[in-house]
Amino acid sequence: MSEHKNHISSYKSQIVVLLSLIVLTVLTVTITSVHLGPFNTAAAMLIASVKATIVLLYFMHLKFDEKIYRFMVTLVLAIYAVVIIITFFDYLYR
Amino acid sequence: MEQNHLEHTEHFDPVASKLGMWLFIFTEILLFGGLFIVYSVYRFKHPVEFHLAAEELNVTIGLINTIILLVSSMTVAMSITALQLGNKKLTLLLLATTGLLALVFLVNKYFEWGAKIHHDIYPGSEFLMSLSKGDMLFFGLYFFMTGLHALHIIAGMALLGVAFVKIKSGSVNQNRISLLENGGLYWHLVDLIWIFLFPLFYLIH
Repeated sequence: MSEHKNHISSYKSQIVVLLSLIVLTVLTVTITSVHLGPFNTAAAMLIASVKATIVLLYFMHLKFDEKIYRFMVTLVLAIYAVVIIITFFDYLYR
Repeated sequence: MEQNHLEHTEHFDPVASKLGMWLFIFTEILLFGGLFIVYSVYRFKHPVEFHLAAEELNVTIGLINTIILLVSSMTVAMSITALQLGNKKLTLLLLATTGLLALVFLVNKYFEWGAKIHHDIYPGSEFLMSLSKGDMLFFGLYFFMTGLHALHIIAGMALLGVAFVKIKSGSVNQNRISLLENGGLYWHLVDLIWIFLFPLFYLIH
């Protein structure tokens, strides 16, 4: 078990990750309580995506693991994004 | 016999094991991803009804459950660190904490759903049938998606429970952490889904 192969996240870094996730959660609740029309949902989804990225990179270890996992996750999410875009082109312009 | 056994353990491949877990997680992303698209399309078609129906949901309970899940995600991540450092006792303690937090999440869910059902809001209820199509769709999706998510919480608890027993017996240890790592990945997935469920159902204004 060589050191460079198995990254061990420190407890402190995990606490920092948790705190940033909680701050972002509170920020979402605050932003959506102000009436900004359609921008509310956009802002909420943007923050949710940032939170998801943090969870994927740090808690799910994509930042430290072999690159193959990161590549696969990116590919799957890209395919999913394409499906969403195609669906909405269909509903917006039919 | 002894040698055979040794050779067998040599075949253990943590990279492939994690790859398999990720492939499974992709199928879960597809499952919930499809539901999120269904939600988006119906919300696009019934924006006002979704907006008004969402006001019925309790933001405070949703926020508390979000924070509970985030904390439980951290305790799982920490339990992996503890196992890597060889601290078995702390690993078990952190896993037990995760299980407890998951239980609190489910109890909150029970009260939340209970209040809805008490107000005669559940799929197929007479009151809900008398409302507009958009309301029916919103609450249908709410019960189905949070229900499916709750089932994933239960599955995650079972998986982490198996990891707990195997760490206690020593078959999952500092040199073979894959089961805990993969269980952790599943738990983070459950958290990941909730990160999107919470704003989409509770925070429509």
